[in-house]
Amino acid sequence: MFGKFGKFLLFLYELFTRRESLKVYWKRFIDECMMIGIDSLLIVCIVAFFIGAVTCVQINANLVSPIIPTYIVSNIVRDMMLLELSSTFMCVILAGKVGSNIASELGTMRITEQVEALEVMGINAASYLVLPKVLAAFIMFPILAVLSGFIGIVGGYIAGTATGIITPEQYIYGIRFSFIPFNMVIPIIKSAVFGILIATISAYKGFYTRGGALEVGKVSTTAVTNSCIAILIADYLLAELLT
Amino acid sequence: MIEIKNISKSFNGRKVLDDVSGVFRDGETSLVIGASGTGKSVLLKCMLDLVTPETGQVLYDGREFLYKKEKERIDVRREMGVLFQGGALFDSQTVFQNVKFPLDMLTKQSEGEKRDRVEFCLKRVGLEEAGGRMPSEISGGMKKRVGIARAIVLNPKYLFCDEPNSGLDPLTSIRIDELIQEITEEYGTTTVVITHDMNSVLSIGQNIKFLYEGKKIWEGDSKSILETELQELDEFVFSNHALKKLRG
Repeated sequence: MFGKFGKFLLFLYELFTRRESLKVYWKRFIDECMMIGIDSLLIVCIVAFFIGAVTCVQINANLVSPIIPTYIVSNIVRDMMLLELSSTFMCVILAGKVGSNIASELGTMRITEQVEALEVMGINAASYLVLPKVLAAFIMFPILAVLSGFIGIVGGYIAGTATGIITPEQYIYGIRFSFIPFNMVIPIIKSAVFGILIATISAYKGFYTRGGALEVGKVSTTAVTNSCIAILIADYLLAELLT
Repeated sequence: MIEIKNISKSFNGRKVLDDVSGVFRDGETSLVIGASGTGKSVLLKCMLDLVTPETGQVLYDGREFLYKKEKERIDVRREMGVLFQGGALFDSQTVFQNVKFPLDMLTKQSEGEKRDRVEFCLKRVGLEEAGGRMPSEISGGMKKRVGIARAIVLNPKYLFCDEPNSGLDPLTSIRIDELIQEITEEYGTTTVVITHDMNSVLSIGQNIKFLYEGKKIWEGDSKSILETELQELDEFVFSNHALKKLRG
């Protein structure tokens, strides 16, 4: 357990030693941003929209007291989306997509000797392959989190107004009511941390794959489960720190 | 010249290489042969420092390679060209980009110079038309040839080939062997080929080292191998029916 954690820390250290030129990283960084960010847009939009919609419907169904005003529904949708769902829930979804992608890509490169091919050229394979992924996740995850927060709130609006749960005016009033601007920063910080966790854990798992195609599948699954556990632990710690 | 001295390596308590020493000369195709699991690929990985041996030394023209800091080894690494068993081509890059990759990463040549060099290397391996294709779109033999083109693009002093014929038909195998031999003679490289293919042994084996259970137990050339009286080598060489008939 401690040995593995130590190896993980050494792997992280390796990312920042014997780096290549910035030009090399820039090109790879842009490619990774496309893969991690742009390719995830559709799933993020779909998931965020329906989470917002379902949250709105569920809150309305469970708020039975007549003394609670209706605009509280959108108020809770806003806070749930900003504080938890747009970052934590979305990053768990992205761990499945991005994490498994990173682990299987690096695992396949390892078992087909592409990593060794880089190393014999004197290139730091860990830094060359993984650092752009980590940086891309660090930048793209917060952007996706902000987007998912917005789309979730829109999803709640459409679901609420279309089914008559809440009027458009009440919904807008609710999302503006007792607004704390720092709540906008929380998903950005959380998703940046989760992005780093997903990228590094998945890359570590993939980079040290041994065996064949079967093992690539296994490390891909392990990368996702480990990333999810790390996200939940970090979520608790960040909730304690930021709220 | 590459010199290996007393290389030993174990995995999980099992000795895979046991005190292996030898010399690989310039302009010569040296073969390391042996049955599967005798430590040939591990020896190659030790020579490339992809696996660190427990004991021993690897000297490239007298320069110690193992146990040095990576920064000090870069100069030697940049004189190496390696053909991996499966080609190890980067899946996300075209054939042209694969061959150009070492030039992009390790040289400061202009784009025009790089293009000329890549075109020359692809032409040298007979793949001048395949530059725009992806690795998934070419055959196993073509992948090996692209691997060779990538290995020679930096004009290496040392060329390593790990089982260059594995998974290829006999005709393609012969072409790959001939290509390796030609490149060795043309550029005077120190070429090390890991193989268990007897056709390669007989056609390009200028210097042959036989590994058996992790030990080097025989060394010679393609003529003397057929006259060996060493039982382990005899069993390995004449496991092939055609060769048995040849011996009578």
